[in-house]
Amino acid sequence: MTRKSRRLVLIAAALGMLGVAAGLVLFAMRDNIVFFYGPSELADKKPSPGSRLRIGGLIKEGSVVRGDNLKVDFVVTDGKSDVAVVYVGQTPDLFREGQGVVAEGVLVSPGRFRADSVLAKHDEKYMPREVADALKKQGVWNEGADKPAGKP
Amino acid sequence: MIVETGHYALVLALALALVQAVLPLWGVLRRDGALMAIAAPAAVTQFIFLAVSFAALTHAHVVSDFSVLNVIENSHSLKPMIYKISGVWGNHEGSMLLWVLILGLFGAMVALFSRMMPDDLRAAVLSTQAWLGSAFILFILLTSNPFARVSPAPLEGRDLNPILQDPGLAIHPPLLYVGYVGFSIVFSFAAGALICGRIDAAWARFARPWTLLAWIFLTLGIAMGSYWAYYTLGWGGFWFWDPVENASLMPWLAGTALLHSIVVMEKRDALKIWTIFLAILAFSLSLLGTFLVRSGVLTSVHAFASDPQRGVFILAILVFFIGGALGLFAWRASALKSGGIFAPISREGALVANNLLLTTSCATVFVGTLYPLALEALTGEKISVGAPFFNLTFGPIIAPVFLLMPIGQVLAWKRGDLIGAMQRLIIAAVAALAATRVLAAMHGEPVVALIGSGVATWLIVGSFVEVFGRVFSSGASLVVMFARGVGLPRSAWGTAFAHAGFGVTLLGLAATGWGVEKITTIKAGDVIELGPWQVAVQSLDTRPGPNFRANIAPSLIMSGGVAIATIEPARRYYPSRQMSTTEAGIATIGLGQVYVSLSGENPDGSLDARLYWKPLVALIWLGALIMGFGGALSLSDRRLRMGVARRAKAAAVAAQPAE
Repeated sequence: MTRKSRRLVLIAAALGMLGVAAGLVLFAMRDNIVFFYGPSELADKKPSPGSRLRIGGLIKEGSVVRGDNLKVDFVVTDGKSDVAVVYVGQTPDLFREGQGVVAEGVLVSPGRFRADSVLAKHDEKYMPREVADALKKQGVWNEGADKPAGKP
Repeated sequence: MIVETGHYALVLALALALVQAVLPLWGVLRRDGALMAIAAPAAVTQFIFLAVSFAALTHAHVVSDFSVLNVIENSHSLKPMIYKISGVWGNHEGSMLLWVLILGLFGAMVALFSRMMPDDLRAAVLSTQAWLGSAFILFILLTSNPFARVSPAPLEGRDLNPILQDPGLAIHPPLLYVGYVGFSIVFSFAAGALICGRIDAAWARFARPWTLLAWIFLTLGIAMGSYWAYYTLGWGGFWFWDPVENASLMPWLAGTALLHSIVVMEKRDALKIWTIFLAILAFSLSLLGTFLVRSGVLTSVHAFASDPQRGVFILAILVFFIGGALGLFAWRASALKSGGIFAPISREGALVANNLLLTTSCATVFVGTLYPLALEALTGEKISVGAPFFNLTFGPIIAPVFLLMPIGQVLAWKRGDLIGAMQRLIIAAVAALAATRVLAAMHGEPVVALIGSGVATWLIVGSFVEVFGRVFSSGASLVVMFARGVGLPRSAWGTAFAHAGFGVTLLGLAATGWGVEKITTIKAGDVIELGPWQVAVQSLDTRPGPNFRANIAPSLIMSGGVAIATIEPARRYYPSRQMSTTEAGIATIGLGQVYVSLSGENPDGSLDARLYWKPLVALIWLGALIMGFGGALSLSDRRLRMGVARRAKAAAVAAQPAE
């Protein structure tokens, strides 16, 4: 093989690799990317039932009902719209009424959500950032204060 | 007074860095030896001033000087001494100071140990390093001053985040930073080579030990961070594909590729342009990681936009250095003549394949990490990219690397013999099949775990085929073989160990497939079946701590009625910060671990708990230690040391009577 044809082989291999990688990335992006919505966005955009989502907001006061075998029913609210969530499993350390929460799972029907994970990750203000952004959009977040306005 | 001294020392370090950045570079351009000679002493003095500055901040933390804002925000007079010290780098300002300290350290080390290098190259390297140092010291002084005072001083500090009060976090950042920032010197070497036009095998020999040193520390730092996340976060996971983790993985992948291409450049004078590019890329990814972690862009794209001072400053540094280096690269690298030629099936060919796969896998991590940020900044849509994405993209691209590693090791330079190579590796293939058979009989499904452990065995055994081929021969006595083993270059052993360590980590990862996970509620007297073990909960207690209250569940790990280990999982509640942390109860049995973490308390007094049996899980981190050991062996190789220091050469010559 001449120097030139060797170089061509090398370039072809590199381009082939990149092509495979790009294909994999696009394929993975189709099914493995999960969109985040707050309750009001959920009501506006009406994603079709069965789609995989992450939702976030505040746990509505008085809405947490614990059932048998770690089953928990609760309502996620942003003050304007509500979503009923059912979840089976351990709840994170800071899972309390009035606290921010992010749940990942499947939309069963409009307004009903079945979560398979409830996120425990909180920043230093004990509020997941998506939730803070969603609440700011709805005007129930008081900038500067470390907790949402209108909640005790 | 000491605090002001530290502040002043930092300003002096900046002045020295500016001198070191400008004068030697001018000297290189004008071929003025006197100006070039300024670089080395300036680098050493700059490091001394940085060390004084860092020591001053450490002193303020140790004596709990609450007139310093940084101490108030991150310390508490009752905090144990180790966390007072680790609190220095457990915050933004202090960790940036550690960043520039390490930047200065690498500059000083090159000044002291690389006397063999041509004067112009050394001056250019140190000058580039000083440009980096100037930029980051300026960043600290202008946006993140750790020495800011507060008057009147409060009586008590606000304490360090409880989750950071952990021995793992005391040593993880320094290790990671030495690796992360260590690539800066490789970047400086690349810039120096481009400035001086010395892109050749000799350059590769000078730059390689530094690459290796940074790589060793980065490997250990990532492993340490992963183990910390495993035992403190209470989820039993050790890698979350979190942007902060990806920020350290990307330089590691690029650095590993560089480590291999620089060998080709040193031995065969080939892949020169590519190697220089990788050297720039590895540190560019470190800079990108620093930007992601330090600008606040991860906490919120909007927070970043509303308080952009720090982020924009780092972004400017990033653009200046990456853009400048790539511009220099485009200008100078095109003039290069390509060096030695080689057949596709050869050691070089295998290393090229390694580089293609590693950089492509790095690119997928890059896309997965930055795409959500870009999308949110542009459209406001929020998405999450998690493990499924990376398993589908990173996984298939990195998998061939495992298969190809042993093959590449036994191929000859220039023109290899693939069939011969496969014949030599038959023993590894047989071992892999045997291991799969045995594990299938012992553990059975899932198939992924069986395939993974088979590949891992292939890799571990295959890594040593090359060195054993050089040591063993039929008829030779043990003494002769031992002498041959000792006589082999240490870098040969280093490669074998580093590759085998990768295999050991893979084995640990594969074995997660055989793990057992149970989520349940526990109360005193419960006995829970967990794989081969039974977990007997002795009691549920509450226990007060110094600044927390803990729920604990002392438990015995039983095997057929015999207790073999005790664990004490706990859940701590810190009232002052209204924060709970999970202290997992971990019992190491052989190489596996029983892992129990507690969460919520139920009205009837029982506790929610996660219980895991993780066979062979310790291998994940043990593998990283073996990789680091292999790297260190390679670093101690005589040929590399000769490139590093003239004195070492003399010593090495004296100490090698016969070979």
